[in-house]
Amino acid sequence: MNGLDQIFVGTGHWIAGLFPVYVQPLISAALEIAIMMAVFGGCFALTSVVERKLLGRMQNRYGPNRVGPFGLLQPLADGIKMLTKEDIVPFSADKTVHFLAPLALSVPIWLAFAVLPFGRNMSAIDLDAGILFFFAIGSASELAVFMAGWSSQNKYSLVGAMRAIAQMISYEVPLVLSTVPVLMLAGSLSLNEIVAAQGTYTLGGLARWNVFTPWGLAGLLLFLIAATAESNRSPFDLPEGESEIIAGFLTEYSGFKYALFFLSEYLGLFAITGLAVTLFLGGWHAPFRWLEWVPSWLWFAGKFCALIFLFVWIRATLPRLRLDQLLNFSWRFLVPLSLINILVAVAWYWSGSWKSPVALPVRWVLCAALVALPYHWLAQSLRGTLPPPRKYTYAE
Amino acid sequence: MDGAGIIKGMIETARNFAGSYHDEARLTTVQYPEEKLAPVENARTIPFLVYDGAEALPGLRCTACMICEKECPPQCIYIVKDTVKKPDFVGKMQMQPKVFDIDISVCMSCGICVEVCPFDAIKMDQVFELSTGDRFGGLLLNKTQLAKPNDYFNKLHKTEAAEIDLRRVEEKQKAEAAAAAKAAAPAKPPMAPPPAP
Amino acid sequence: MLNEIAFLLCASLTLAGAVAAMMLRNLVHCALCAAGAFAGLAAIYLQLSAEFAGFAQFLVYVGAVAILIVFTILLTRGADIQTGRAGSSSSWIGLLVAGLVLACLVGSIMSSPGLVRLPAQTANAPVQKIGEQLMNQYIMPLETMGLLLTAALLGGVVIAMREPAKANPSAR
Repeated sequence: MNGLDQIFVGTGHWIAGLFPVYVQPLISAALEIAIMMAVFGGCFALTSVVERKLLGRMQNRYGPNRVGPFGLLQPLADGIKMLTKEDIVPFSADKTVHFLAPLALSVPIWLAFAVLPFGRNMSAIDLDAGILFFFAIGSASELAVFMAGWSSQNKYSLVGAMRAIAQMISYEVPLVLSTVPVLMLAGSLSLNEIVAAQGTYTLGGLARWNVFTPWGLAGLLLFLIAATAESNRSPFDLPEGESEIIAGFLTEYSGFKYALFFLSEYLGLFAITGLAVTLFLGGWHAPFRWLEWVPSWLWFAGKFCALIFLFVWIRATLPRLRLDQLLNFSWRFLVPLSLINILVAVAWYWSGSWKSPVALPVRWVLCAALVALPYHWLAQSLRGTLPPPRKYTYAE
Repeated sequence: MDGAGIIKGMIETARNFAGSYHDEARLTTVQYPEEKLAPVENARTIPFLVYDGAEALPGLRCTACMICEKECPPQCIYIVKDTVKKPDFVGKMQMQPKVFDIDISVCMSCGICVEVCPFDAIKMDQVFELSTGDRFGGLLLNKTQLAKPNDYFNKLHKTEAAEIDLRRVEEKQKAEAAAAAKAAAPAKPPMAPPPAP
Repeated sequence: MLNEIAFLLCASLTLAGAVAAMMLRNLVHCALCAAGAFAGLAAIYLQLSAEFAGFAQFLVYVGAVAILIVFTILLTRGADIQTGRAGSSSSWIGLLVAGLVLACLVGSIMSSPGLVRLPAQTANAPVQKIGEQLMNQYIMPLETMGLLLTAALLGGVVIAMREPAKANPSAR
């Protein structure tokens, strides 16, 4: 059903066609921006309440269910609350930097949505170095975290900001390294090309998503772990853990600035989930050839929602990691594993030229072993960081 | 296997999630104003005065003996004895309180007043929705507000109330038997005058 | 025309950031303005259609070097020290020397043969070509840079590593 698939693209062209020619690029860009802000703003509102309800159900309780049907109007109440709160700036805070920090966090993250392909022909900009743009933008947000923490002139904020930055730069390395196999095997940094490379079908209709290969599966898991850490989500939410450090670098923010931080955190999560879908889950492609009639943006949305559910599920299950556990995990486990994953991808690629009916299972076993053995050894080496079992002495 | 703990944890939360839609044990929330948990028999919040019969003030068991006022640790009970007496359930004339105030913002729910009352007149209630907008007297309950019927007491504390009712019925029967015996006994012969010295 | 305006904006952002980084009193403000100057430079690269260079500049400078500078300032307590007057007492000599250096640079740039105004052409530097060049023609500098960075990383680890506890059987 090509019409339904291209409904947004077609509508955009029609609206832009109503304006004179020299202003059309501007109009179509403005339209794309407006739609993206509306969709992802709405997604943020919905996610904040759906996450709370899912967390509730996983913790044997209801989530919010008073405001609106099934509590779905809760973001409205939250928004009104945030907007009407008094905006308190500490007396000794650095006013300019304190004011600019939420902006410096928000703007790069909004920019990151520009390169994601949400459907067939539906990426706002087709950059030749799309992924590099994405990661460059992501790294700019770390400076904003520092600005927030330092400008509050509060030692908890500063410690929280330092921890947040240490965590974010530590997990940026496995994030980027886990995408290297994808880039190598797709042969391009452009996100549209990467999606196109996953569009062919094999084995009688199964799509060649990257996740259906051993290195793709390992890569997706590494990417998701690093993405959870980059968005400061549980179990990596030490920088803003309420029981640890009050609110970390967000301590001195209230009202709309806090809402902006909250928004930016969720938007960062959406952007990185979109990237995970694009790189590993085949973007807007259907999993089976006979499901191609479903519109491409619907597939993207479905995979996106599945990954968000996974993030919420992990948040409900795992306790928070301590800072040294966090950094050990990144540098001593994820980075070596992602480097080895690159080698596994190379092995997969070279063995792709084997022409035998039993080639596929053999390749799978070989590459899976190449990933699983280092995983096991690295996990053993991490176990050395556990404290020794406690010896209990009792009073006689 | 490494990472098995994480998988087990995630399976458990998944079961919580799926089970919360059909299994009672996996969704134990009681949505408070609409649904309420049944209180336990021994739950206690503030005291109340028990009365027998249909009318509160004539049937009040309290005889204004002042023991609960003396024993109350935060001294939240204020009693003023009445000059008019009234009969109790056996028929004997007893004192009654003219004023019986309990300041429930001070009451600490210890139940000592209940333990020391010789007449089973004051018992612990289980109401907790006591907030009021009147901050000058709203939490000072007087005799009429504190009086609740014996049926209410039975509903709250079934076993204790049943035992008390049984005892009171027996005492009433004994008193009636004693009164009947006294009325049926022949008139005592007049005492012989003491021998003259 | 639009190109000129864009270039002027990026250049003024870079210059303003650099001047602010020089003249502000608070050291952390200086670091943040330096990050702004880096961002302006990245914008200039992007304007020249050097996509890879622009994004890499942003990623490395704003995302890593600026944070490094900020960490250094905080760890060495430079942030507590408020500089007094932004200039020094002998600012005239400094201005003179800076003016001489500027004159030398401008003179050499203006008289260089490379300053021929070529007709504006879109740069042809797709990432694939950059990759091929790096792996074929520029492989030696690439590997040297890798070695240099590895040495720096090892040095950092050695400095930050805790000393192994000396085995001392008497103290328990």
